[in-house]
Amino acid sequence: MALLQGLGAALPEHRVANIFKPLATPAQSEYHIALLVLAITGAIFVVVAGLIVYTIWRFRRRPGDDAKQEPPQVYGSNQIEVAWTVIPILIVFVLIGVSARVIASVQNASPPPQMLKVTLIGHQWWWEVRYPDYGIVTANEIHVPTASATYLELQSADVIHSFWVPQLAGKTDLIPNRTNYSWIDPREPGVYFGNCAEYCGTQHANMLLRVVAQAPEDFKRWAAEQQKPAAENAAFQSLSCVSCHTIKGTPAKGKFGPDLTHLMSRRTLAAGAIANTAENLRQWVKDPQAAKPGSLMPSLQLTDQELGQVVNYLESLQ
Amino acid sequence: MALAQTYKGDALTLEQGWHMPDRGTVGIAFLIVTESALFTIFVVAYLVYIGKSLNGPMPKDVLDLPIVATICLLSSSITVVFAEHALKKGHLGAFKLWWIATIALGLEFLTATGIEWHKLIYKDHLTIRTNLFGTTYYSLVGLHASHVIVGMVFLLLVMGVTFAGFPIQTQFRRVRFLSWYWHFVDAVWVVVFTVVYVVGR
Amino acid sequence: MASIDYPLERPRPKEGEFSFSETLYRWVATVDHKRLGLMYIVTALLFLVIAGLMASVMRLQLAFPNNHVVGPETFNRLFTMHGTTMVFLVGMPFVAGLSNYLVPLMIGARDMAFPRLNAFGYWIFLFGGLLLYFSYIGGGGLSGHGSAPDVGWFAYAPLTSKAFSRGASTDFWILGILVAGIGSVASALNVIVTTICMRCPGMTLTRMPMFVWVMLIDSWLIIIALPPLTAAQVMLLIDRFLGGNFFNTQAGGSAVLWQHFFWIFGHPEVYILIFPAFAILSEVIPIFSRKPLFGRAAMVGAVVAIGFISLGVWAHHMFAVGMTSWSNTFFAASSMLVGIPTGIKIFNWTATMYGGKLRLDTPMLFCCAFLLQFLVAGLTGIMLAVSPFDWQLHDSYFVVGHFHFTLIGGLVFGLFAGMYYWFPKATGKLLCEKLGRWNFWLFVIGFETTFIPMHFLGILGMPRRIYTYAPDRGWDFWNLVSSLGVIAQAAAIALFIWNVIDSIRSGEKAGDDPWDGWTLEWATSSPPPEYNFEKLPVVRSSRPLWDLKHPHDPDWKFEQ
Ligand code: HEA
Ligand code: HEA
Ligand code: HEC
Ligand code: CUA
Ligand SMILES: [Cu+2]
Repeated sequence: MALLQGLGAALPEHRVANIFKPLATPAQSEYHIALLVLAITGAIFVVVAGLIVYTIWRFRRRPGDDAKQEPPQVYGSNQIEVAWTVIPILIVFVLIGVSARVIASVQNASPPPQMLKVTLIGHQWWWEVRYPDYGIVTANEIHVPTASATYLELQSADVIHSFWVPQLAGKTDLIPNRTNYSWIDPREPGVYFGNCAEYCGTQHANMLLRVVAQAPEDFKRWAAEQQKPAAENAAFQSLSCVSCHTIKGTPAKGKFGPDLTHLMSRRTLAAGAIANTAENLRQWVKDPQAAKPGSLMPSLQLTDQELGQVVNYLESLQ
Repeated sequence: MALAQTYKGDALTLEQGWHMPDRGTVGIAFLIVTESALFTIFVVAYLVYIGKSLNGPMPKDVLDLPIVATICLLSSSITVVFAEHALKKGHLGAFKLWWIATIALGLEFLTATGIEWHKLIYKDHLTIRTNLFGTTYYSLVGLHASHVIVGMVFLLLVMGVTFAGFPIQTQFRRVRFLSWYWHFVDAVWVVVFTVVYVVGR
Repeated sequence: MASIDYPLERPRPKEGEFSFSETLYRWVATVDHKRLGLMYIVTALLFLVIAGLMASVMRLQLAFPNNHVVGPETFNRLFTMHGTTMVFLVGMPFVAGLSNYLVPLMIGARDMAFPRLNAFGYWIFLFGGLLLYFSYIGGGGLSGHGSAPDVGWFAYAPLTSKAFSRGASTDFWILGILVAGIGSVASALNVIVTTICMRCPGMTLTRMPMFVWVMLIDSWLIIIALPPLTAAQVMLLIDRFLGGNFFNTQAGGSAVLWQHFFWIFGHPEVYILIFPAFAILSEVIPIFSRKPLFGRAAMVGAVVAIGFISLGVWAHHMFAVGMTSWSNTFFAASSMLVGIPTGIKIFNWTATMYGGKLRLDTPMLFCCAFLLQFLVAGLTGIMLAVSPFDWQLHDSYFVVGHFHFTLIGGLVFGLFAGMYYWFPKATGKLLCEKLGRWNFWLFVIGFETTFIPMHFLGILGMPRRIYTYAPDRGWDFWNLVSSLGVIAQAAAIALFIWNVIDSIRSGEKAGDDPWDGWTLEWATSSPPPEYNFEKLPVVRSSRPLWDLKHPHDPDWKFEQ
């Protein structure tokens, strides 16, 4: 149990990913400019809508009006025309100014020296998470320390995906044959929910992402756990699982599916489609298509005996 | 319709002094506008992918300047103007001569393209699937060539009916539209030539 | 002028004297701009119902978390076909239909410049639409994968490549839209040439009705914005059929290039779609306010400006692809600039109403709702244009809310205004006013209930194009509300269809000029004869019928 604590099991979960409750710097900057823009557009709405409604109300034809009598024919007025051209121009220039500043501050922020580097690779329909400095490969959960920034290198193995954890940062796409960058610096420990935000095929809906922000010492502990290799298992290695999955320290070196070395340290299976429970794991290995129809992991038609062995082994992968 | 009466005498002068542009002319002009938009995108794609191919052959290894073909195509724009003028003046013989010259020059251009493609495919092993250069090159040059072919078909059609004795003078407007289209195809070649053979090499 | 000396009256059998097959033949073989216009509009309405029913299934699926009405593949096909249909097979034929029907009438011409090209445009458009829908049968292709396309209406590469989209569904998407697009370009060319070359004596450009002006610029946008899409689609075909590498990232190709090409088309496209609504409002509001359009010159200028600026804003759909901060700033700025001319339009419409005597009949009700809804839509557009805000909002339900506000609250409401307004001209019958009011209020209520919640969902972090969601994400309530709204919308549209059928059969006779109009279409009979005008009209102002009805106070004394 103590171990699980270290892995962040008791962290508060932010399931409702409200963009107006930012908990990291990029999201915060975006939130602040959003407030400003909402205030400006809100004011425009009140004034213009007020004008329209007033006009409709005031000049609607009432019973008893002389139907034949036409109102005075007014063709236009240059002064008024200029006024309602110039005022919006001024507003728009204010908006452009603040946008430019926030764009630069979020996009061109210079990386602090102490940052953690993470490579996030999108796959149909799961996330590969690599820590080049630690030699860790995991999936669908990004563990980061609080109190310092994490830099994300975003790539894709197939089609376009998009990284979005609303309370931490706005979207940046993961595009094949291209590397994008984003950064997050969650202030408080917690589990932040995100999703793939670019349509990427059948199971785009179930390409969920969690960012697990931990106190620095907890993060260190987690990383140390993750670096350990796993024990070999003959039953598992005889199956075709190994052609798609990697388990560090064993001959399983497949690259097509998620790294399973520390499968049980993750909260979910199949990119958030189902919770990581013993029962779900069994169901998943038995028939992935039931839990996540269209998933690129095929149903392998294991016998009950094989299934039992494999699941037992997978459950040992702490 | 009582409108004309509203304006009394004015209406008459209005009707008489009222001239609208020719439909065909405006139609062709805007057809050329939309065609230009189409070509622009292919040209942009070519420019974007210059030097981005991961494997050979590269343009500088396999492309030679198609000087003769270019001269042919550009001069066919001149011969077609001569043909047009001859037709306007009613010199049917001269018209036929210039027209055939135009067709011959166009054919020479197409043949040169054919020979170039044959060489690229069989000698240099560059096909549309080889690399980005192959894809963009065949698409852009092919799109242009397909326009030359369309122009050729119409040129041949006019020649056919003329030699069959059809009074082509009555169709002067249409002949002129065809010549404008031909000029457009030529102008596009100038762009394609610059992009593919000058900038892209 | 030669065109004026056309034979005036041709012997013409009455409609009732034709047998069914003759009537059918007369419609199928027609080159009359009015018939083609109506055919476009009826086809568009048909596709509106089909795509609307698809939307209803989507809303049913999303009404509850973890719902199982349709599976992921079906859902993805639904939104792809819904979006594609609405944009290319509803919006575009409405543009073509309205301009076909009205432009010649409004400029006092007897037909379009190229009647046969016009018929060609319609049939090839219809063929494209049917081709797209044929994918439900043929989309499996030889290898048996897939059915209807499921790549989203903007079909981002490389999801459309052979590797990720097997079968033929994507090919149907490409070919159907490409072919329909050729029809749109043909019809737009025709509108341009017609307005430039076929105006009746006295109809200078400055006197042209605002409707015609807007449609002229709309058509101009079509002929320069559609070819980029066609080009990109041809490239995609080359990739898929000939093994080309345009969007093949394995060979060094760029996935972002497709996005640039698509949105160079796609953004102007949304203005192509909204312009007909602008055109309708510019006719309906003055008539029902009994005042001329306020600031005509500024209104024309504003449309030109929108058309021009809209060619330079496309990458605001791509703020998340990792462009440089300079590009992001540029496209944010240019997008916001569009707000200025659009504001001019809203203000001028309001000023037209100001001081008038508003007759709040059904067409005018739709216009009033348009003004308020489009205002909201535009302002959410401004929020999206602020690129840092868009990093959060992009591809969320907020965007879905924004564009349904523009497309329904704007475009569809405008179209309803137009259909109620010109229905008497096209059929000689008035639409029932009482049903019209029901239609209006049901649609307003349904529309607001469906689409306002989507903005909240976006703010709560719900991405678009997901076929299902977990119950604990805070999205349940608003999704349910949104789905409920569809019921009222469906009722409103069904009511409209009923109103049309019933009024054609037994509606009140409209007369030639039921609204006391000012433009030339009201000067001929309802429905207009095949040749439109017995004698070509002559005009001296932008409101010729006003001149006629007010001989002591004609417009041409004030206008130049
Ligand atoms: C009819 C269609 C239509 C119209 C008219 C508009 C109008 C506008 N749109 Fe919209 N838009 C769409 C249809 C439309 N849009 C569609 C379909 C999509 C999504 C495509 C997809 O992804 O599937 C989209 C997406 C979209 C995005 C991308 C969102 C994303 O994916 O992340 C953006 C971003 O900038 C945007 C901005 C705008 C702006 C700035 C306007 C402006 O033109 C609005 C201008 C109007 C006003 C501003 C209101 C009136 C003005 C005043 C009262 C004056 C005072 C105002 C100021 C000073 C600001 N739109
Ligand atoms: C003109 C454009 C237009 C219009 C009018 C609509 C209309 C509607 N749209 Fe659409 N929509 C788009 C354009 C449009 N949409 C586009 C471009 C997309 C993006 C697609 C993509 O992501 O690729 C989209 C996506 C989209 C989504 C997002 C899907 C997703 O991201 O997962 C949703 C979800 O709710 C939706 C809902 C609706 C609804 C409820 C309507 C309703 O207003 C529909 C109301 C109509 C009906 C309900 C028809 C009912 C008619 C009858 C019942 C009459 C029957 C009677 C007889 C036959 C007599 N739309
Ligand atoms: C053809 C390739 C392939 C084979 C063979 C395969 N898998 Fe998978 N596996 C995948 C893919 C792809 C995913 C990701 C699925 C998703 O999230 O959509 C996955 C996901 C998983 C997951 C969930 C991982 C996580 O972090 O969420 C488990 C557990 C798993 N596979 C176990 C197995 C076992 C056990 C076998 C053998 C019996 C096996 N896989 C065989 C491709 C494969
Ligand atoms: Cu990955 Cu959507
Ligand atoms: Cu746009």
